[in-house]
Amino acid sequence: MINLETPKKFRMLVDQAHQVARQIFRPNSRRYDRAEHRYPRELDMLGALLDGMNAGGGGGEGAGAAGVRRSAARSDEGNRNSSNLSTVLGTMELCWGDVGFLLTMPRQGLGNSAIASVATDEQLERFKGKWAAMAITEPGCGSDSAAIRTTARLDGDHYVLNGEKIYVTAGDRADLVVVWATLDRNLGRAAIKSFVVEKGTPGFELVRLEHKLGIRASDTAAFVLNDVRVPRENLLGDPEINVDKGFAGVMQTFDNTRPLVAAMAVGLARACLEETRKLLEQAGIELDDDAPAFAQHAAASEHRRLESEYEAARLLTLQAAWMADNRKPNSLQASMAKAKAGRSCVEIALRCVELAGPLGYAEGEGGHGLLEKWARDAKILDIFEGTQQIQQLIVARRLLGKTSAELK
Amino acid sequence: MAFRSTAMGLGLRAVNRIGGSALVDRLGLRKPAEKALYHGSRLGFRGADTLARGLKATQKLLKPARLPHQAAQGLFDLTPTEEQQMLRDAAAAYAAEQLRPAAQAADATAAAPAEVLAGIDDLGIAAMSIPEALGGVGAERSAVTHALIAEALAHGDMGLALAGLAPSAVSTALVLWGDQAQQSQYLPAFAAGQGPVAALAICEPQPLFDPLALRTRARRTADGFVLDGVKSLVPRADRAELLIVAAALEDAGPSLFLVEAAGADLRYAAEPAMGLRAASTMRVEFDGVKLPASALLGAGDPIAYRECIRLARLGWCALAVGTAQAALDYLIPYVNERQAFGEPISHRQSVAFAVANIGIETEGMRLATWRAASRAEQGLDFARATAIARRLCADKGVQIGSEAVQLLGGHGFVKEHPVERWYRDLRAAAVMEGVVLI
Repeated sequence: MINLETPKKFRMLVDQAHQVARQIFRPNSRRYDRAEHRYPRELDMLGALLDGMNAGGGGGEGAGAAGVRRSAARSDEGNRNSSNLSTVLGTMELCWGDVGFLLTMPRQGLGNSAIASVATDEQLERFKGKWAAMAITEPGCGSDSAAIRTTARLDGDHYVLNGEKIYVTAGDRADLVVVWATLDRNLGRAAIKSFVVEKGTPGFELVRLEHKLGIRASDTAAFVLNDVRVPRENLLGDPEINVDKGFAGVMQTFDNTRPLVAAMAVGLARACLEETRKLLEQAGIELDDDAPAFAQHAAASEHRRLESEYEAARLLTLQAAWMADNRKPNSLQASMAKAKAGRSCVEIALRCVELAGPLGYAEGEGGHGLLEKWARDAKILDIFEGTQQIQQLIVARRLLGKTSAELK
Repeated sequence: MAFRSTAMGLGLRAVNRIGGSALVDRLGLRKPAEKALYHGSRLGFRGADTLARGLKATQKLLKPARLPHQAAQGLFDLTPTEEQQMLRDAAAAYAAEQLRPAAQAADATAAAPAEVLAGIDDLGIAAMSIPEALGGVGAERSAVTHALIAEALAHGDMGLALAGLAPSAVSTALVLWGDQAQQSQYLPAFAAGQGPVAALAICEPQPLFDPLALRTRARRTADGFVLDGVKSLVPRADRAELLIVAAALEDAGPSLFLVEAAGADLRYAAEPAMGLRAASTMRVEFDGVKLPASALLGAGDPIAYRECIRLARLGWCALAVGTAQAALDYLIPYVNERQAFGEPISHRQSVAFAVANIGIETEGMRLATWRAASRAEQGLDFARATAIARRLCADKGVQIGSEAVQLLGGHGFVKEHPVERWYRDLRAAAVMEGVVLI
């Protein structure tokens, strides 16, 4: 039966995540925005807490990078609310606190998602308890990840990696980096594989940390790989080049990380709307649920419009996660959610700064003083894990039934 | 269980009307149909015996018959129940086979064919919300089901859907807010199928119209009320036997009044509009219209009035979702087939992204509407959820209508394609109040 409320069984998890966001993330937000590249030590104990949540939740009903491992289809039918839904709900709460902190939570990296999704049992055991970052982007390729130039060559029991990687989130803090490289540049997507590279491996050098517009609490690293030797058992997924299967292996991770990034955007947008609403109410502006748009103060009406964008993004995100929980193919809905949430959170955050005026534009320690920071943080959410334009391409191809050769 | 089996009966009535066994097979109704026939002997198929009925009290209630709210749901779920799916399929099939083909002529003549409206009536939408004690088949509040049906019908045509759904707004209002005398008086006629023409009139011909600040006034007299004012865009008003009219009651604020057309001196004027023309919208003037004391609905409760405004706005949201989906479904084959510069125009990102955005926003509109409707039927506060859905459907609906015409270019501007009609109809979602309730 149709019901779009937060499931009862996740209310406690949502409440816990909210407490973390309110009591640990928010009070430290401004400090680490100013001190870019300094590691937020406050997160260490949280990492331990999340490990516990992930371990204790049965199906991995945690708030972090539990991964998207798809076990064999279950025989029992009926509606399921499981780890995908709980993870987006937890992510929304944590990002209501601070997106940068969520991105740099110990052992919750995108690399951890990749390992959790496609690793063998032996690999899972070997990489257990490690923090794994993900390295895809190169100076010459971003959205076009099939064009990566980093190479991997089999040499005895090792692959030898050469190339350059940028925009590696938590690259400095992580223990492992999952590096995308091609086994044969002439064979296109099918030859792209991911390799787990341990930090400290000779030839694997961190060359730079970026200075960024937002999410400054999260470090973003650039690496050079110079004859990096990686044990062949560190390759994730199928080592064979299967031209028919194409990109499926490495792309599998993305199917369920798009709703996660959408959830980050939703959490940030809610923070902006809540603080702005407080300011409007302090200014004596009433927000009425029944009055028509033009029978209200323009600021109240604008706030309601932004709320409607927020709600559409939020529900699309929950839909995508719910479909994953119920093993329905959700690539279309995941991209819809990411596209809507990405662009909405930027619009909402920038508009809230405008509504709050100088109070929204000036730096402060908490509350509305964080609006300008959230507006800077927001922009990355419409870029990473597939830009707005890439999501629209995916949605358009699916709706129109077009291949990537037809609709470029 | 009562609802389940009778819902199948209702679906069947529609199936009978739309012409038989081919559809039964297509909808996979064979098994349920057999079941429904079995139960049908107990419930009886109504319709043939209702010609002689008038708006007369046929049974006495000791207290108002209300439908209980749906039990609160523990889990997030976007799957309609089996009954909802069946009713939605029946409505969708009817919309595709009857509403869409009739839409252009109905728009041109500003009139809905009687047999098309009779077919909508056969879906049993009114009866679904009327408790069994009053001859209906309703067991619980079913706002989501109403939203699904409105969406499915509007996919065929918003104007015809509106004309067909308008009477059930009056019966739903009576179930929600009527006292036992009002319910006994009117509801059995609605429950029986092929019920009276009726309409819920809220809008007034005012700029910045606000349903909470009405110009139509009700004055108390020794034996009832006197109504003065003008209502705008009331579907098929001159044929309506029963109207529910919103007016500001001198000491109680905006309230709803039952007005029987027979005997009341109402003045009508055709008020054709930009869209919704198949619903024959009209202006109705009340000039010192005397009403009995029993005409006040919901005892002038301000909460009831606000609930009415919200449920109507959700009705408009559901209609807008259906029409937006119709636009998307029409655009996809069009842009894939239309050639320019040697390839389908859908191979251009500016075209493809516009289609993607229509898909994204339509889905957002749908989910926001469903959420508000499901809160309403579970008895949760749905004021904010409704305001959000209304705003989203108003803003995105009109964008979708405009973009759809744009993608067809000149072909979108001429009446050879239905898209210009959708452009006109989708503007209504932000303007209209009342008329439909979910």
